[in-house]
Amino acid sequence: MMRIELIKRPQHSALFSALSPIIALVLTLVFGAILFALLGRNPVTAMYIYFVSPLTQVWQIHELAVKAAPLILIAVGLAVCYRSNNWNIGAEGQLTMGAIAGSILPVLVPEYQGVFLLPLMLIMGMAGGALYAAIPALLKVRFNTNEILSSLMLVYVAQLFLDWVVRGPWRDPQGYNFPQTIQFSDAAILPELFPASGRASWAFVFAIVAALIVWFLMAKTLKGFEVKVIGQSPRAGRFAGFSTGRMVLFAFMVSGALAGLAGISEVSATINQLQPVISPGYGFTAIIVAFLGRLNPIGIIAAGLVLALSYLGGEAAQAAIGISDKTARVFQGMLLFFVLASDTLIYYRIRLITSRRAAGEAALEHS
Amino acid sequence: MKKLLFALTAAAAMVMAVNAQAADKLKACFVYVGPIGDFGYSYQHEQGRQDVIKHFGDKVETTYLENVSEGPDAERAFERLARQNCNLIFGTSFGFMDSELKVAKKFPKVMFEHATGFKTAANMGIYNARFYEGRYVMGQIAAKMSKTGVAGYIVSFPIPEVVMGINSFMLGAQSINPDFKLKIVWVNSWFDPGKEADAAKALFDQGADIITQHTDSTAPLQVAEERGKLGFGQSSDMIKFAPKAQLTSNTDNWGPYYIKRVQAALDGTWKPDNVWLGIKDDVVKLAPFTNMPDDVKAMAEATEKKIAGGWNPFTGPVYRQDGTEWLKDGEVSDDKTLLGMNFYVKGIDDKLPK
Amino acid sequence: MNILEAVLITIVTASTPLLIAAMGELVVERSGVLNLGVEGMMVMGSVSGFAAAYMTGSPWLGALAAIIVGAVFSLLFAFLTLTLVTNQVATGLALTLLGLGLSGMLGEPFVGHPGVRMDNIHIPGLSDLPLVGGLLFGEDPLFYISILLVIAVSWFLFKTRAGLTLRSVGDNHGSAHALGIPVIGIRYLAVMFGGACAGLAGAQLSLVYTPQWVENMTAGRGWIALALVVFASWRPWRVFAGAYLFGALTIAQLHVQAIDLNSLGFLPGPFYWLLAALKSVPTQFLSSLPYLATIVVLVLISRNRRLTMVNTPASLGRAFVPDR
Repeated sequence: MMRIELIKRPQHSALFSALSPIIALVLTLVFGAILFALLGRNPVTAMYIYFVSPLTQVWQIHELAVKAAPLILIAVGLAVCYRSNNWNIGAEGQLTMGAIAGSILPVLVPEYQGVFLLPLMLIMGMAGGALYAAIPALLKVRFNTNEILSSLMLVYVAQLFLDWVVRGPWRDPQGYNFPQTIQFSDAAILPELFPASGRASWAFVFAIVAALIVWFLMAKTLKGFEVKVIGQSPRAGRFAGFSTGRMVLFAFMVSGALAGLAGISEVSATINQLQPVISPGYGFTAIIVAFLGRLNPIGIIAAGLVLALSYLGGEAAQAAIGISDKTARVFQGMLLFFVLASDTLIYYRIRLITSRRAAGEAALEHS
Repeated sequence: MKKLLFALTAAAAMVMAVNAQAADKLKACFVYVGPIGDFGYSYQHEQGRQDVIKHFGDKVETTYLENVSEGPDAERAFERLARQNCNLIFGTSFGFMDSELKVAKKFPKVMFEHATGFKTAANMGIYNARFYEGRYVMGQIAAKMSKTGVAGYIVSFPIPEVVMGINSFMLGAQSINPDFKLKIVWVNSWFDPGKEADAAKALFDQGADIITQHTDSTAPLQVAEERGKLGFGQSSDMIKFAPKAQLTSNTDNWGPYYIKRVQAALDGTWKPDNVWLGIKDDVVKLAPFTNMPDDVKAMAEATEKKIAGGWNPFTGPVYRQDGTEWLKDGEVSDDKTLLGMNFYVKGIDDKLPK
Repeated sequence: MNILEAVLITIVTASTPLLIAAMGELVVERSGVLNLGVEGMMVMGSVSGFAAAYMTGSPWLGALAAIIVGAVFSLLFAFLTLTLVTNQVATGLALTLLGLGLSGMLGEPFVGHPGVRMDNIHIPGLSDLPLVGGLLFGEDPLFYISILLVIAVSWFLFKTRAGLTLRSVGDNHGSAHALGIPVIGIRYLAVMFGGACAGLAGAQLSLVYTPQWVENMTAGRGWIALALVVFASWRPWRVFAGAYLFGALTIAQLHVQAIDLNSLGFLPGPFYWLLAALKSVPTQFLSSLPYLATIVVLVLISRNRRLTMVNTPASLGRAFVPDR
C-alpha cells in the first residue's frame, strides 16, 4: 500500500510556481500522446497540431485573442467575487443581459451613428450586466438568499429573455422572420486591431486593461484589502469597519459589469447582431479560467490564453486529423486536471508513504 | 532537446505534406451545429457526408467540424476549413449564415454552400429542403388515423420553417377532416429528450392520440409506443424506436444533393445555386408507411406521388387564422412567403409569438 | 387513468432524476465538499447504464453499472480535490467537461439504438386502485429507490452516529480532525456516494425517462440538481420538495400550452383567468417559470438567517490538509 501525503510548505515555493505549468504541460503531452496513439493517430503530429500549429499562423493568433478576450474579462471580474467569498456562477446570464442592454441603441435607433455610439453601447452593456448581477447580490444582502442558486437560475432566465427579444420585438423585419435583429451599422461595430491580418478586436485590449486595473485594485488599494479581509473572514472585516453588504454588491456589480462588457463586445465585434445564441458558454468556462489563474488577474490572462489555445487546438485537430470533438473535450479535461494538480506543488511537498513506513511511524507514535 | 526539435520539425513537415497532398484532390468539408451523435439533424447531414465518401471513394477527401456554436465560433470554424484547403464547404445550420458569408468573401476561390438561409454571394450558394411536403402527407394520415380528431404537435422555436410545417400538416389534415384540431406545445429547445417526452405525455393526456414533432429526439415517439398511441418520426427513420407507433417519418436525405454538388465541383461546373429540394429530388423522403390500413397507405402514397409530380400543398383556397383569404382558389403560394412564414392558417388554435 | 393522475405520473418521472442526483450531492456537500461535476457524472451514468442494459438486456445491470461508473468517475474528483487539494470549483467544472466528452466518445456505437426500458412495477390489486393505484403502486422502480434514498439519507444524517460524524466533518474539519475523525476518508466516501447517485440519476434518463442514448442527453439536469441542494438549505426533505416543485412547474407549463380554454368554462373565475393569462404570455416566459419560482421560494424560506446558518456546512468548498 502506498499513500500520498501533503506537507505544507512554510511559504509558497517560487521554484514550483515557475515549474508547475511545465510539469503540467509535460504530463499532458505524455498522456495526450498515449490517448492519441490509442486512437491510432501519430502522437507527435497530434501534439504538434494541438499546441503548436495554432501559434504558427498569424490569423490563428488573432483567433486566440478573440477566444481569450471574453474569458479573461469575465474571469477577472469573477476573481473579485470569489476573493470576497461571493459565489457568482451566473456570469453567462450577466453576459447575455449585457449584450442585450448594449444592443439597445444599434437595434432600436440604427440611424444614430455618431462618435458616442460605441462608448454608449459599451457603457450600457456594462450597466446591463452589473444591474443583472445586482439581483442575486441584493437578494443575498436583503433576504439572505444563497447566491449560487439565484445567479445560476438567472442564467436560464436571461437566455430565454434573449430568445424572446430576438424572436419577438427586436426581430429584423427584413430577415424573413428568422430570429435575428438587424445587422449593426459599421459605427456600432467594435473595430479590429489589425484588420489586415485577422479579426482580433479591441475586446482583447479591454480584457488586458481590465485585468491590470483589477490587479492594481486588489494589490494596491484599500478596496482590494477590504475584499481580501472580508473574503478570509467576514468577522474580521466587520471589526475593521467594512460593510459586508456593500462588499457583496460591489463584487457582484464589478463582475457583472465585466461580463456585460464581454457580452456586448462579443456581439458588436464578432457577431454584429443579436441572435439566440451569442456565447458558447463563456460565462461557465471563465469560472475555470478564474481558478486556473489562481484568482490573480495576471494569472488569469495566462489561464485565459491557455484555455483558448486548448479550444483552438481541439478544433485544429478535428479538422486536420479527424479527432472528434468529444476526444478534444476529453483531452481538454485532462489538461485542466494536470494543471490543477501541478499547482499543488507550489504550496505543498508531496510525500509518498509506503505502508511499512507508515506502520513504523504509527509504532513510533504509540511508543 | 535536439531530438524534440527534430520531432517537431518532422511533425510540421508532415502537417504541411498532408495539406499539400490534399490540394491535389477535391476536399469537401462540413460544419455541423450539433454533435453527430444526436440521431437527428446533424446526424442526418453526417449521413449525407458518408454517402459522399461511399460514392466517390478516394477521389474526394472529406472532413467535418461538429458541435460548432452559432455564436462567435462559427466564423473561425469556416475560416479554418477554408485555410485547410477545403474546396467546397457546407454550412448546415441557419445560424451560420452571416459568419459563412463573411468567410466566403474572404476566400473567393473556395466554394460555399449554406443550408436553410437566404443570403448568397458569388461563391456561396444556398440549399434547403421542402420538409413541409412530407408534413402534408403526415397531416392526411393523422386525420385518417386519429379517433379523437386531435393531434399533438411538439415544436422547438417559432421560425418560418417550423410554422410552415405546422400549416402544411394542418392543411393536410383538414383535407380529410375539416374539423381536425391541433394542440401545439413549444418546448423552446431543439434537443432535450426528457422535455420532449414530457410534452408528448402532456399532449396525450389532453386528448391527442397522434403526435408529431419538430424537435430532434426519438423520445416523443417512444412515449407514443409506450402509451399504445401513434406518431411520426422526424429527421431520421425512427421505426426501431417505435415499431408499433411510427406511421412514417419525414426524413432528411441530404446524400443525393451532396453527391451532386461534389460532382459539379469535380467537373468544374459548380456555380452558386439557390435550390429548394423536395420529395421529387429524394431529399425529403418519407419512411415506409407502417401501422396503418391499406386504404390509408394507398392514399398517402397517392399524395406523395402527386407532390413529387409538382403539386404544392400550399395551393388555394387557403385562409389565414383570422379568416382572411390568403390564397385564392387554385393560387399557389410563392416561395418567398413560405420562407418568411409567420402566420397560421385557419383552424389552428395557438398564438404565434410576435 | 384520469388526467390528474396522468399529470402526476409525468411529474414523478421528471422529478426523480433531479431528486436522486441532488440527494447524492447533498451528502457530498454536508461533508464539506462542493462537487460541481454532477452534470458530468450524471451523463457518464446515462451512457454506462444504457450500454450495460443494451448489452446484457437487463436494465437492473444497467442501473448497477451506472452506479459503479458514477462512483469510480467521482474518484477522479476525490483524488484531485482531497488528496492533492486542488480547487474544488474548478476541478468539478473540469469533471463536467471531461464527462460530457468521454460519454460522447464511449457512447458513439450506441447512438440510434432503442434501449432497454426498466418496466414499471405492478402489484396486482394495489396498482389497479382508482386514483392512487398507478401513482403510488405502479411507478418505475427508481421512483421507489429515490424515495427510499430521501428517507435513508435523512435518517443517516440526523439519527446515526456516522451521520453526525459526517456533518461534523462538513461543519468544521479542523476540530473533527483534532477529535481523531478521518476527515479525508469520510469525504472520499461521501464523494463516491454522490457519484453513485449521480450515475443512477443519469441511468434513470437512459432507462426510464427516455430509453435511448444520445450525446448530452442530461441537458443541464445536473446543474438543476446542484441548485436544488442549495435551495433545500442542505435538508433532505426540502430537496424532495424542491425537486417536485421544479418538476411540477416544468410539466404544468407544457399542459398550460396544450390546454383548450373553451373546454374549461366550468372552472371558477380566478382559475380560468389565470390560465387564460398564462396562455397569452410568450412561451419563453412559461419556460423560465421553474427557474424564477425556485428563486422566489428560496427568498421566502431563507429569510430566517439563523435557521439557514445552522444547516449550512461551514467548511463547504474549503481545502483541508491534516497538519501533523
